[in-house]
Amino acid sequence: MADNSQKTDEPSLDKEKTKDDSDKESKGVSQAPLTIFYHWCKSCNICIAFCPQKVFEPDRDGKPIIAHPDSCTQCAFCWLHCPDLAIVSNEK
Amino acid sequence: MKRVVKLLQGNEACVEGALMAGVRFFGGYPITPSTEIAEGMARRLPTIGGRFIQMEDEIGSIASIIGASCAGVKSMTATSGPGFSLMQENIGYAYITETPTVIVNVQRGGPSTGLPTKVSQSDTMQAGHGTHGDYYAIALVPSSVQEVLHFTIKAVNLSERFRTPVILLLDEVMAHMREKVDIPNPDEIEIVERKRPTVPPDWYKHFALTATGVSAMASFGDGYRYNITGLIHDELGFPTAEPSEIVAMLDKLKQKIVKHAESICEFETNGMEDDPKVAILSYGIVARAAKQAVIIAREHRLKVGAIRPTAIWPLATDSLRKRLKNVRQLIVAELNQGQLINLMKQHIDQRHTEIIPLQRYDGEIISPGQIFNKIKEIKHHGSEI
Amino acid sequence: MAQKSDMAQKSDVVHHYLRPKKKFPHVWCSGCGLGVILGSLIRSIDSLQMSKNDIVVCSGIGCSSRLPVYIDFNTLHTTHGRAIAFATGIKVAKPKLKVIVVTGDGDCLAIGGNHFIHACRRNIDITVILANNWIYGMTGGQFSPTTPTGSRGTTAPYGNLEQPFDPTSLAIAAGAAYVARSTVYHVNQLDKMIKGGLEKKGFSLVEIISNCHTYYGRLNREGDPVKMLQWQKKHAMPIEAARKLPPEKLEDKFITGVLHDVDKEEYCHRYDRLIRELANASRERS
Repeated sequence: MADNSQKTDEPSLDKEKTKDDSDKESKGVSQAPLTIFYHWCKSCNICIAFCPQKVFEPDRDGKPIIAHPDSCTQCAFCWLHCPDLAIVSNEK
Repeated sequence: MKRVVKLLQGNEACVEGALMAGVRFFGGYPITPSTEIAEGMARRLPTIGGRFIQMEDEIGSIASIIGASCAGVKSMTATSGPGFSLMQENIGYAYITETPTVIVNVQRGGPSTGLPTKVSQSDTMQAGHGTHGDYYAIALVPSSVQEVLHFTIKAVNLSERFRTPVILLLDEVMAHMREKVDIPNPDEIEIVERKRPTVPPDWYKHFALTATGVSAMASFGDGYRYNITGLIHDELGFPTAEPSEIVAMLDKLKQKIVKHAESICEFETNGMEDDPKVAILSYGIVARAAKQAVIIAREHRLKVGAIRPTAIWPLATDSLRKRLKNVRQLIVAELNQGQLINLMKQHIDQRHTEIIPLQRYDGEIISPGQIFNKIKEIKHHGSEI
Repeated sequence: MAQKSDMAQKSDVVHHYLRPKKKFPHVWCSGCGLGVILGSLIRSIDSLQMSKNDIVVCSGIGCSSRLPVYIDFNTLHTTHGRAIAFATGIKVAKPKLKVIVVTGDGDCLAIGGNHFIHACRRNIDITVILANNWIYGMTGGQFSPTTPTGSRGTTAPYGNLEQPFDPTSLAIAAGAAYVARSTVYHVNQLDKMIKGGLEKKGFSLVEIISNCHTYYGRLNREGDPVKMLQWQKKHAMPIEAARKLPPEKLEDKFITGVLHDVDKEEYCHRYDRLIRELANASRERS
């Protein structure tokens, strides 16, 4: 019973606010190790700067692109430190 | 049932009334002349499973009673001028969050530290407009120790019925004088509980706009989770800056009080049956003197009446005007430098009714004789009484 | 690998607690530590395995105060400095509720200081999450009671003339039962500190050094979020390690971890005892 009160017309990546997690997975850009909710990410550069494996590289807007997915060791640093709660691990 | 009659101080009657009304939380801070209320609550509440806390200041006191009410417990505080001033911001918070609670203000000489042990009615305007912003208050004004008990119950009931803070306005004399009090049996008094939600949690809106203007209220821990904020908010309690939502919320808060002015504010009259041309308007302890002055005047064949409201805020101005339609001269008797009189000048047509001040602010109460002298003075100036 | 999957499982536990009807992204600046505190608080609450219905989160006014509205508990956004006093009323009226206060250095220690020390003194079972970023962020960068001497704020353009006080020693002196400090960089430690506070029967304070790069960082040339987090990493010293080091090694360090943890009767527990005693006494009399 999501109330999609987002007033602005967001791109399809728009984060649907629903209780159903699987739906969340499909909306985020899921690339192997992590899912990133780009609509929530405010390009603070913390994950890019601190990732011990240098998995991320900034896109044009400074948002993290998972450039080296295989380097990710699921150390959890990025999603523990993401101020926007925009990173979720895909590891099952 | 055996009648229970007690000789009680006003403050003690207030405690009795509050407990009968279901108050089970009191957060307060010592201040003359209201401290006996806190003392009574400290002694009585734990014996009936209730809770008392003495907070570090009056701001903490009002904050704690609002918190308790959010948790579903009827709550109250009591204070006097200086503390009442400190409480104003959070009274506004209780108003905008529509949280039922009762604030007893025992008026003493002001401003500032003023006359802590002396009587006054100089918080009349503050009781209605003490907090910032558009605010529509309920402030009841009893006129006897018996009425203190009943008006405390009424204050709690009104706060629950309208989901709003209610002020019980006493004064130092009313609080400290002792009178015979007939303790009502529990089954004789009406106890009002806040309206509970009748929808499942997912559908619940803590600030729903409803026909009656009052939203159902779930308590913290009831299984309904929601946000409360002092920011102007929408029906869900989320902050909003949408003009339409702002107006809807503020109108809701206003209408639920103003629309019920006639039922909240009633009038007691003495000697008004034969349409006297001269009447005395006063409230609280002064209304006692006015009643006596009418008796004295009538003994001197002076046709005079007295009228007093049971609430200063909201004032039922339509009903008041109807009752004063034959009155040519209205003496407004009050213990301050003129506050009630300004309300009269605002709401009564002075071309039809001359408004005459009778003010006393030396720390003593206006006596019946003093009112009677004013009546004679008016007569002397040629009005036919 | 079990440890990892446990960690991985934690990655989206946060999203189970966010309010479905509240608009995201949140309101804080890009890189603000409050987002990290939000995640840490949720994970710590989740570890209690309590019903969401029994959790109350209060806040006052300031950037920190905008946290509760995002989480699916009973949330109360109160007036500036008064959250702890509101929380006291909630806790005393209904002790079964777990009551948490999220506050900032200005909200809690300046205007709210009086309520803070008295709640410590009473040892009432409330957990205070104090986001300390040394500045008033919401109102645009004024100095606060924790701003270091000499640091700049918009109301200390020539450098702060005053001495800051340390909220943890203030809380210990006032009688709090559990006092801990961590940072928005040491998130694993932070989760443990908050969990310890939530589990403590009595008044618990968790001070969290957080970064306000928008104002404190800019006005004092301390850089962007990454630099401020690096500063926290470099200058934090866990209390266990600090005990083994001579004072001169600790000069430019601040101590993190559990700084104080004592057991003493909690306020509501003592009041409930009184209610029982009075009930027993009246039964004996009748």
